[in-house]
Amino acid sequence: MNTGRLLAIVIAAVTVALIVVGTVWPVPSAIAMAGSGSNLLRPSSSPQAAVQNLANEIGRQDWEKAYSSLANKNEFTELEFVHDLTGSYPSLRTYATLDSYDLRPLHASADEAQVQLKLRWSTVVGAFLDTRDLRVVRTGDRWGVCWPIVKEPRVPPQVIPVTYLRWDVIYRGTEDDWGSQDVEAPHVRIVDMHPVDRSRGVVIMGELLNEDVVPAFVIVRATLLAKNGSAIATEGSFDKISHVLLPKQVTPFLIEFHDVALSGVDSVLMEPSASLIAASADPVIGIEDQHFNAAPGASLSGKLVNQSGQVVTVAHVLGTFYDKNGQLVWVADQYVDRALLPQTPVSFAMALPADIAGKVSSERAITTTYSSGRFQ
Amino acid sequence: MKSRFTFLLVGLVLAAMPFAVAQQTGGLRLPKTVEAGSAFSIQSTGSGKAVLYIVGTGQVLRRNVQLGETTFFAPADLHNAGHYLAALVEGSSTETGAFDVIAAHQPAALSFLAKPSRLAVDLHDGISGVVYVFDIFRNLILAPTQVSFQLSGVTRSVQMRTVLTHNGVAWTKMNSAAKEGVAQFVARVGDVASTRVIQQVPGNPCHLRMSARPSGQRLAVETEPVRDCSGNALSDGTIVTFTETYTGGESTVDVPLKRGVARTDMPAYSGARISVATGVFIGNEILWRKER
Repeated sequence: MNTGRLLAIVIAAVTVALIVVGTVWPVPSAIAMAGSGSNLLRPSSSPQAAVQNLANEIGRQDWEKAYSSLANKNEFTELEFVHDLTGSYPSLRTYATLDSYDLRPLHASADEAQVQLKLRWSTVVGAFLDTRDLRVVRTGDRWGVCWPIVKEPRVPPQVIPVTYLRWDVIYRGTEDDWGSQDVEAPHVRIVDMHPVDRSRGVVIMGELLNEDVVPAFVIVRATLLAKNGSAIATEGSFDKISHVLLPKQVTPFLIEFHDVALSGVDSVLMEPSASLIAASADPVIGIEDQHFNAAPGASLSGKLVNQSGQVVTVAHVLGTFYDKNGQLVWVADQYVDRALLPQTPVSFAMALPADIAGKVSSERAITTTYSSGRFQ
Repeated sequence: MKSRFTFLLVGLVLAAMPFAVAQQTGGLRLPKTVEAGSAFSIQSTGSGKAVLYIVGTGQVLRRNVQLGETTFFAPADLHNAGHYLAALVEGSSTETGAFDVIAAHQPAALSFLAKPSRLAVDLHDGISGVVYVFDIFRNLILAPTQVSFQLSGVTRSVQMRTVLTHNGVAWTKMNSAAKEGVAQFVARVGDVASTRVIQQVPGNPCHLRMSARPSGQRLAVETEPVRDCSGNALSDGTIVTFTETYTGGESTVDVPLKRGVARTDMPAYSGARISVATGVFIGNEILWRKER
């Protein structure tokens, strides 16, 4: 009884102490997220302090204060500054919030400094990093950030005729006779499947083909079976797949099983499922200038070019990597944080593990897009 | 309340059966079988008044009868096929018997299951049709009945099969036509017919060939009409992938077929290799050299 009381008193005391420490000496990210950091901002008496203050203001979406603190605000308007951070057209940036940031001084002199600012934005599809190399200049006793503005291109007003096919589906009604046929589900087939033992567990990669003449909404689930036939675990591909497959389209998929060793797996039960979905063959996205960049920092980079007239809100790029024998070795993906405007290239770069990068001989990339409330 | 009374009544009748059989009093002359929906009669012997119950699947009839006379039942009094129990209750004695109601001989409705509703052309036994034959009261007609199946499509050829039902069910298999299009799959019993639509779609590509030409600073690539092995043009919307490989880089575009042809623009790199594929089928390859 006495031990329990003592433990309760200790926990309460530690909690109070942590609250006091967090209030008196808050971390910069916490200031930004608290939304009341203006009182806690340090004066911009050093390059790092100026960048830190700017990052905090961006985190609080206090655009007016952030813009007014810039040393080069005569080069662009506040709206252009806001559009640089949140996008001119609806995109992943528009719906993102600043999760945290990092500063790294690169160079400093008496009147000028270079500081790298890494903004980590969080979105519903995961975090993305926005890295800016900032020039910070001294004006009197204060330092101000020169923001390297990235002006998003604007598409001139125009009419772009699009005549690609669109599929709509009418299903059978509840009052139809039980003998009445329903629309047939699309036929899909796994054309490649490859389990790999990774340090975090087992990874199952593969490729799925829509063999049909109609679009399919696809999901792949896998169940690992032990030698006695019992199920070890069941997982789905979640977003490591292009869920909407047009006729004869192939998507890679990747399914992760954490804390499972491949040596304990006797067989794998694959369950691809497909259902009819209304879809459009538009927009067509070209993936140009794809380059495989070897380790360290192995990645597949390239540019997405929207060949249609529709503005794409979110683009998801999936990369399939093969060894010299054509064997699938990895599947990677990346969401593009800027909107895809017609005929306007947008860069992407998807990272892949260093140990896999050495095996890669060829690669294939596909995109899935989301525009104004519809998938393709 | 009504259903509770019916249950109670059926329970009483069933409970009284052994006693009644043991009594062997009076007599009930029952038909062996009754066609669903037809009129029938039951003859009783003896004298006095009694109550006649007919208990069957989802249906109970009650008649006050004069023993020794014939009790008539109108057409459609009994319409559910099944095994029925007749119980004649006179005071404390009960006499029982049983008879069957069978489906009417005249088919009135078909349940026609045709699978699949969409399949590739030129598939042997690719289409299956299953027919259940019912009378006007939706009783499954168990007597062998001749069902004719007919598959007709865009071509003039018509496939026909005639099959006898077995326990009320008849089935067959048909081939899909070599030419794409919508086919009518008809099952017919006498004057009763049921139609299903089968969509016959192009099969896998058999021929995929593209060409390239300069288009400003870029390269315009275009396929010839893409066809399957039976000569059908692949469906519009089918994805064709163009891949251009050049020194240190690659470009890919997934393009849907439009009017049987896929076309797009790609970067023009001299020495680039351009390949084309749809699904797992690979077409030709072009080595592009810029003219000087």
